Amino acid sequence: MEKKSEYVIKQISVFSENRPGRLAAIAEALRKEKINIFAFSIAEANGFGVVRALVDNPERAHETLTDMGFMVSFTDVIAVKMRDEPGGLYETARILGDAGVNIEYSYAYSGKDAAVLVLRVDQAEEAIERIIEHGGELLSRSLFT
Amino acid sequence: MKTWDPRIEEMPQDELKKLQYRLLKTLVYRLYSFSAFYHERMKDEGVHPDDIKSLEDARKLPFMTKSDLRDNYPDRIFTAARDELVRYHVSSGTTGKPTVVGYTSHDLDLWTTSLARSLTACGLGRGDVIQVSYGYGLFTGGLGMHYGAERIGATVVPTSVGNTERQIELMQDLGVTAIACTPSYLIHIGEVAETMGVSLQNDTDLRVGILGAEPWSEQMRDRISSQLGIRAYDIYGTSELSGPMFCECTEQQGIHIWGDIALTEIVDPDSGEPLDPGEKGELVFTILQKEALPMIRYRTGDITSLDVATCACGRTHPRIGRIQGRVDDMLIIRGINVFPSQIEHALLTIPEVGQHFQIVVDRKGALDTLLVRVEVGRDAFSDKITDLMTIKETVAHRLKNTLNVNVGVELVEPGSLPRFEGKAKRVIDRRVL
Ligand SMILES: [Zn+2]
Repeated sequence: MEKKSEYVIKQISVFSENRPGRLAAIAEALRKEKINIFAFSIAEANGFGVVRALVDNPERAHETLTDMGFMVSFTDVIAVKMRDEPGGLYETARILGDAGVNIEYSYAYSGKDAAVLVLRVDQAEEAIERIIEHGGELLSRSLFT
Repeated sequence: MKTWDPRIEEMPQDELKKLQYRLLKTLVYRLYSFSAFYHERMKDEGVHPDDIKSLEDARKLPFMTKSDLRDNYPDRIFTAARDELVRYHVSSGTTGKPTVVGYTSHDLDLWTTSLARSLTACGLGRGDVIQVSYGYGLFTGGLGMHYGAERIGATVVPTSVGNTERQIELMQDLGVTAIACTPSYLIHIGEVAETMGVSLQNDTDLRVGILGAEPWSEQMRDRISSQLGIRAYDIYGTSELSGPMFCECTEQQGIHIWGDIALTEIVDPDSGEPLDPGEKGELVFTILQKEALPMIRYRTGDITSLDVATCACGRTHPRIGRIQGRVDDMLIIRGINVFPSQIEHALLTIPEVGQHFQIVVDRKGALDTLLVRVEVGRDAFSDKITDLMTIKETVAHRLKNTLNVNVGVELVEPGSLPRFEGKAKRVIDRRVL
């Protein structure tokens, strides 16, 4: 059996003020460095936001954005391939709920052959184990390094 | 020695008040009779020396401000003849003319006596080696501390400001035990020492810092104590009052203002009305015994509060709290006085945010709004919105408690707020009045 840590993916999180151009600046900087962005989500609060992204080279993305003055951190997430049928999201949520794993946030993107659900959970190893147990498919971290 | 002059410093408060009253009365009669400036001022105000029947009646006297000194440049309100003067000090005005202060030999003696009491009160005396790293020259800091330190029998190392590496070498070679300088210069000395491989804590005898001439905070005191191993004392004075004069005692519960030297009042900066002990307002001094340039109800522009209780050290003279800001910096938000320095001090207690901030004052309808923009510390950055919201709420809560006014908080990216050299221009006032 593969090691569970295989599925723990490094997401980059960037603090951003809600001012025009910040998001574009992030995207532009990564494009210049030829870093591919797989998934991108923005969580907004009153006055500021956190940009979360899965990229193919998180280390370099971190370095690039930090050099530009952005505040960047790594966050461990997992990515689940969604079954292309109704109820896929519900099923994942149920599996994790039954296992007592809390989802802090999630977002989805459409991957090459299926939709992908990115999850930030409080117990990553437990979540990985349960999803695999239930026949779910997780993306490997090797895609994102 | 623990007390320089116990007879005066531990004098019962009612006796001290009687002494102050006698000195005030004498001063007012002298000025009314011999100074055209004060005579005019008192006439304009409709007050005669005979109207001063108690110490409280001091509040009938007109105020003086720095502009009185500027307008009468250089020496038109001096009340001593030129040949009685033994020294001048000159303070550079940031705007307009400088101000000149003259001293008779009695004035210098009074100043030195005040510092002798103050330095003794923070545990210094014969056997101490005091490095005076305030500027010597027209500025009052260097020479003032110099004579005060000599008076208590300490050995003075008159290094003045600058050439920091040499200062550190002398500190080690001469066994310096105390340093008088600005708090920021002491921190700088600590940093330079570190690059030289010298630990002030372990490689020198330095144990006391007499720090002043610029605003500083309790957080800076803690930092100096924990990083440099130095007990830091707050000293107060302005050139108009002679120079550095008053210092904390070892209790560190406020700066003792020698009542026989100065009569202290705290007034509302707007109305000029006297405030009660404990209330925050503008510090006003009457220097009771000065010959060349007496000051009556001089408005310092500094904001603090007064504690009249007898100190745990046994000294009966009143104490002022740390200077919290300048009247010029004061913002009035919905009728409440707010000082940028209060915001600065509150933010320093929250490790998750940086020390840089910006204040935006606006008016929505009839209501003033106060927005504080602050940088999130890099170490505190969390991917979770809720964590960031918690930081934001903590800041808002802390500021509301400090200022007694609701504050909007905006978290901004580190490094995004403007940096300032020297006096920070942190306030953007958008109110159209
Ligand atoms: Zn005391």
